[in-house]
Amino acid sequence: MAREDGYLSGKESRRISKENRKITAALEKKRKRKNVPESEYLTEMKNPENTVEFENLRTYFYTDAGTVKSVDSVSFSVPMGKTVGVVGESGCGKSVTSLSLMQLLQRPQGQIVDGAIRLNTGDKVYDITKTPETVMQHLRGNFMSMIFQEPMTSLNPVFKIGDQVDEVLLFHKSGYETKEAAKKRTIELLEMVGIANSEGVYNMYPHELSGGMRQRIVIAMALACSPKLIIADEPTTALDVTIQAQILDLLRGLKDKINSSIMLITHDLGVIAEMADYVVVMYSGRVVEAGTAKEIFSNPSHPYTIGLMASKPVVGKHVDKLYSIPGKVPNPINMPNYCYFRDRCDKRKGCCDGAYPGEISLSETHRVSCYLYDEEARK
Amino acid sequence: MKKYIIKRLLWSVVILFIVSFLLYILMRSLPTSYLEQIARQKSQQPGSKSFEEWMQQLEATYGMDKGIVPGFFAWLGKALRGDFGDSWKYTVPVTQKFKEVVGISFIMSFVVMVLEFAISVPLGIIAATKQYSWQDNVISIVALAGISLPTFFTASLLKLVFSVKLQWFDLGGLVGRNYDILSPSGKKMDIALHLILPILTLLIASIGAYMRYIRTNMLEVLNSDYIRTARAKGLSEGRVIYHHAFRNTLITLVTIWGTSLPGLFSGAMITEQLFSIPGIGYTSYQAMISGDIPFSMFYLVFIAVLTLIGNLLTDILYAVVDPRVRID
Repeated sequence: MAREDGYLSGKESRRISKENRKITAALEKKRKRKNVPESEYLTEMKNPENTVEFENLRTYFYTDAGTVKSVDSVSFSVPMGKTVGVVGESGCGKSVTSLSLMQLLQRPQGQIVDGAIRLNTGDKVYDITKTPETVMQHLRGNFMSMIFQEPMTSLNPVFKIGDQVDEVLLFHKSGYETKEAAKKRTIELLEMVGIANSEGVYNMYPHELSGGMRQRIVIAMALACSPKLIIADEPTTALDVTIQAQILDLLRGLKDKINSSIMLITHDLGVIAEMADYVVVMYSGRVVEAGTAKEIFSNPSHPYTIGLMASKPVVGKHVDKLYSIPGKVPNPINMPNYCYFRDRCDKRKGCCDGAYPGEISLSETHRVSCYLYDEEARK
Repeated sequence: MKKYIIKRLLWSVVILFIVSFLLYILMRSLPTSYLEQIARQKSQQPGSKSFEEWMQQLEATYGMDKGIVPGFFAWLGKALRGDFGDSWKYTVPVTQKFKEVVGISFIMSFVVMVLEFAISVPLGIIAATKQYSWQDNVISIVALAGISLPTFFTASLLKLVFSVKLQWFDLGGLVGRNYDILSPSGKKMDIALHLILPILTLLIASIGAYMRYIRTNMLEVLNSDYIRTARAKGLSEGRVIYHHAFRNTLITLVTIWGTSLPGLFSGAMITEQLFSIPGIGYTSYQAMISGDIPFSMFYLVFIAVLTLIGNLLTDILYAVVDPRVRID
């Protein structure tokens, strides 16, 4: 047991790291097998209209202080050609969900331990949780690509912009195999993301561009192979408001052009309202509420979503102090199985002391995990 | 860039002037005086002049009767014309003695430098990419041991194992007992065999630091955002590490390489001493302790020049490997 003062004893810490090594070594060994037969990771979509389906995804981090259940039984899907917004505060597992999908978790500590992520590439359906690294390389950048939060640091400082974009095209044999064809396509992409001096920028280094320009380059790189899914992990957080609007417009326009789906991760509800068709609200590694954007915004049901809505400023409404949800996010280490929000919740009831509430459907698309809507608990 | 290099070169001249002046002051202030030793010896011979008289005569012949500042300018004036004078201890022109002994030190340091990079770069990368694995632990422990153990300890250990116990190599010296009767190629082999232990000693001492450098730097680069971007592009692990990450660690490698340039010619004072190898390190050490001002001055100023060139080369190479510091 952990000591009462909250610190770990040396013995305890050694025991944890030993156990962690055992677990991660087994998982790593399984992942590192060579020549995995296709039958092991090819599967069928539950609904062929979806691009991605997450089903009971569990991603844990085995740290020396204990196991962190960053993503704990998350299920949602991204329909074809639609934008799904994933919202939640820092540390709620939004980014880890997307990194699990890309298999870019910090291994060996970070591991997908359970569940399935099905990616529909058109002719084949991959279960990402079981796909070996070599096949993942073929999927990443090709069928799904990612736009990161920090444009200032997400480009390699020592290579030219053109070479970095060309690389994606050349590597994935996307029909632009020769250097000239790749260059032509890159310049086309740079123009597509709204860079005026595309020939010039092709030969520039990242440090010669502004943050907004760099984010456009990252987007161009993500779009190079016309992926089925674009994961945008807080794409506008590091940018100022005018550039933010431009980048969002750009993403929306491009999505329609190449008809792909977007998984938009953000904590900015304004961005979600503008962009998303569906919204998934996450809290402490779980989906607490999910539905269409209209349902979430007009009828927020989970107390956490209601709190989120209340804490965003509204134009024209004068308030002295902006609302904030009381309390803070619980410590994610060795979390027990109950509603994690109950300590911050103003609608807490007796039954909230019990196990984690099940999922309740409010409509065909709207589902929420809260005892408030549980008919049996209400009695 | 051209303007920058010219500016740097001009600055180097100024720095060099100051450095050589300081060196001259230090050399003149050394407690060991070569002239005093000679004067004492001569004065003790029967029927000889007194110590003071000898001293005056010697100072006049060796040009040491001037004060430090005029003495320095006299030295500088000759040095600028390429005349560094005769070595007092070795009684031959300084440059001639230097040419005789620098070769063997250069060969030794060059082999060490090449091996150093050839071994420490791949091992550093392995340690970084497999952080906390057994490979990393082994490499880190060996590296730490190499950094911590002084050369005289490793040298003694190597001598004990390879010379005393296994009797593979001689304990010291550059040539074996039967060197003179060997064929020309046999002579080369003999010297090469005698260089193995000193090279090994130097390698063990320096390789650890390099490996730690590269490991730390590689880890930092591997955790950066652009490496994640490279992975997200779907590139293979090999390309991510050896193309994207390695190009960024090159920046550090260039620094290390630039600072190690003077080491190529300066010799290894302690190691040459331990293995009695008549290289430049050994020779300059002997010159220094006997108070041989012309030789020591030449050696120290030469190292200063190399250091300045090394720094300039580093800065130029920076611009080659890192586009962010390029000046147009």
